[in-house]
Amino acid sequence: MFFPISGVHLDPIYLILIGFIVGTLGGFFGVGGSFLTAPALFAVGLPMNFVVGTDLAHIVGKSIVAARTHRVLGNIDLKLAGIMVIGTIAGSETGVQAIELLKKVADVDLVVGSVSIIVFTGISLFCAWESWMTLRAKARTSSYPTLGKKQDSTAIDGFAKAVQRIKLAPTVSLPHSGIASISFWAILFVSFIGGVFSGFLGGGAGYIRMPSMVYLLGIPTHIAVGTDLFEIIISAGYGTVRHAMKGNVDIVIALIMQTGAALGARIGANLTQYFTGPRIRLAFAPLPLLGAIVIALRLLNSHH
Amino acid sequence: MKNVKKSTLFHLIIELTIYAVFVSVYLILVLHFLLDWLKELFTKQREVYAYVAILLMIGQAVGLERVTSILVHLTRRRTE
Repeated sequence: MFFPISGVHLDPIYLILIGFIVGTLGGFFGVGGSFLTAPALFAVGLPMNFVVGTDLAHIVGKSIVAARTHRVLGNIDLKLAGIMVIGTIAGSETGVQAIELLKKVADVDLVVGSVSIIVFTGISLFCAWESWMTLRAKARTSSYPTLGKKQDSTAIDGFAKAVQRIKLAPTVSLPHSGIASISFWAILFVSFIGGVFSGFLGGGAGYIRMPSMVYLLGIPTHIAVGTDLFEIIISAGYGTVRHAMKGNVDIVIALIMQTGAALGARIGANLTQYFTGPRIRLAFAPLPLLGAIVIALRLLNSHH
Repeated sequence: MKNVKKSTLFHLIIELTIYAVFVSVYLILVLHFLLDWLKELFTKQREVYAYVAILLMIGQAVGLERVTSILVHLTRRRTE
């Protein structure tokens, strides 16, 4: 089928299938899935500028569906999401400006690619180690507190508690996430860093925001997944409008992808209720590593 | 337990079938009516295109979610 906006021929079934796979992952892990969508669209001939913008547009639709399901399951902390949007948008702008600056002084693809590989591999190894330790501790120690699926614990709980002890005013309470008091600036910092990665590396940056919310702020995994998706709607929506104004969005491709993603996102979001936090984090661990491998292969290809 | 699994799988298959038919009809209609108009907007009024694009995406996401929820709910009531 011919798509006149981007001027390419693509198979709609292929687009629906990509949407479905990425939608399922997104609904379950609270990530946009750009590390899979971008190479999948680029491989079939969509120009890179359209890949970035169109992917963002489809992330908006998919996140709406997944976030609605998570809301029904009680996995969204609206207060937390509201604060995070501010940091994400500011961080995203900073990331975009950093790219523009980098264009003048270095090989952008090489720098961005190398940073992505280091960050993705680090997150992957850390998540795998931490969730494995938590699951082992739970299995070994009978005195370990028995938690429900939505209550959560990590192997580095002390770190999040230390962050919560920083009483830099103003402080906010997040009763839905079970946090009595936390500095507004700590939340803003985490979302700002996520935004920087989103602007710098593209996509929704859920791969860094979701683990940061769990490990740095102490948000239970289920609520981190749901809240991240809700927050992505606003930040990716903002990115979509900006990219569309620059002519980087083929909305017809995004709409077709979203039909598959909508179903996948519902399935993924519903699946979270059958898994505990550490198991979701353990399953999440290979995803950033997969992203790192895809980027490494792309870098190797472009240098040959 | 076996019955519950069978029932869940049955509901999933029904959901997928309804969804596939619904999406096919929807896509044919949307592509038929919107493709030329969107191309025109993209070329001539980029800012309007940007806002129309995000509204279409939000509308489709909310609409598809609502319709499939209703369809699945109705099917479950009939099969239970």
